[in-house]
Amino acid sequence: MDSISSPQGDLILDEEPQGGPTFLDRLFDHGLLIRTGVDGLYGRSGAFESVVEALDRLISRLGAADGAEVMRFPPGMSRPAFERSGYLKGFPNLAGTVHSFCGDGAGHAEILACVEEGRDWTGQQEATDIVLTPAACYPLYPVAAARGALPAEGRLFDLQSYCFRREPSLEPTRMQLFRMREYVRMGSPEQVLAFRESWLERGTAMMRDLGLPLAIDVANDPFFGRAGRMLANNQRAQGLKFELNVPVNSVEKPTACLSFNYHQDHFGSTWALRQADGSVAHTACVGFGLERITLALLKHHGLDRAAWPEAVRDALWG
Amino acid sequence: MNIAQDIREILASNEAFAGKADQLADDDSLFDMGLDSFGSVQLMLALEERFNVEFPDELLNRKSFSSIRAISEAVSTLIRQEAA
Repeated sequence: MDSISSPQGDLILDEEPQGGPTFLDRLFDHGLLIRTGVDGLYGRSGAFESVVEALDRLISRLGAADGAEVMRFPPGMSRPAFERSGYLKGFPNLAGTVHSFCGDGAGHAEILACVEEGRDWTGQQEATDIVLTPAACYPLYPVAAARGALPAEGRLFDLQSYCFRREPSLEPTRMQLFRMREYVRMGSPEQVLAFRESWLERGTAMMRDLGLPLAIDVANDPFFGRAGRMLANNQRAQGLKFELNVPVNSVEKPTACLSFNYHQDHFGSTWALRQADGSVAHTACVGFGLERITLALLKHHGLDRAAWPEAVRDALWG
Repeated sequence: MNIAQDIREILASNEAFAGKADQLADDDSLFDMGLDSFGSVQLMLALEERFNVEFPDELLNRKSFSSIRAISEAVSTLIRQEAA
């Protein structure tokens, strides 16, 4: 499962010539992405969005027979829920918190003076009860747990949200605010592993139908620091995370466009989520990076959608 | 220095082993008995502090922390290396 396979045979990836425009530059030049002045924070054109929306619909069609319950949360979640989730144990550096001005009239005047003089004005900002959503499924677990024990067949949810991760980069595939579509399965270990297996197959078939070269690889989350090295090693050794990688920025460092994650009882224990028999629920999810898949399509089939292969256009808009 | 006893003392401060660390056999699987990933990281950091050693990357895995015996062997090796 570790080899790159291309529908066209040999993998060809046009590397940017030294000193020439980068893929990100070309996306800006074609108006597909829109500069904001912040690396990893971009506007999207109508053409870009039409691909994102087509992918979203395609993923809905692929999962339709499973009858997932649809939930959509805004890209912010409750700070107490975020704290309880354990995200800070693994990724303190990626989290984004929402702060607001909590001062009085004098404080307001001081802020304006600071802005006027180009000094730091954020001293009076205080943390609110909202944190930016780090992954589409994070707001789901407390909601699901509040319903009580799972039914015998478990549960399946369909989520999509803008997510935030503080990792500014010039690689267009590493945005700070991006959309993640997810299916999340809750139930017994057997139920959630069967779900993950089925999506490994479906996700691979979907990306092949989109004419993208891909490889499925065992993976780990980018846990922070030295302690994180151990968490990452454990995650890989246990085969808890797989990624579907497509070369976008380079062949050597392909981009994870889909991920298939088995959380074991991590979220079940954290949120006291129970199976029908009272034992701790296991969970798994499949995540689709909507911008990343869009960028992979633009990289491999060109920046003009009208010139994409017929089969790819049919898969998306047929 | 009784390394195994020191390890039991450290384990006793872990939620999963509170009150039962003394009953652990050297070969009991700590993961089977409730040690989770984050617990194993806390254990690793506590061991480094107690024995004044640093686990190299190749030992940062579940196997090194799977039982009191495995931990004892890893710590003993590290202590010998530090002394050498």
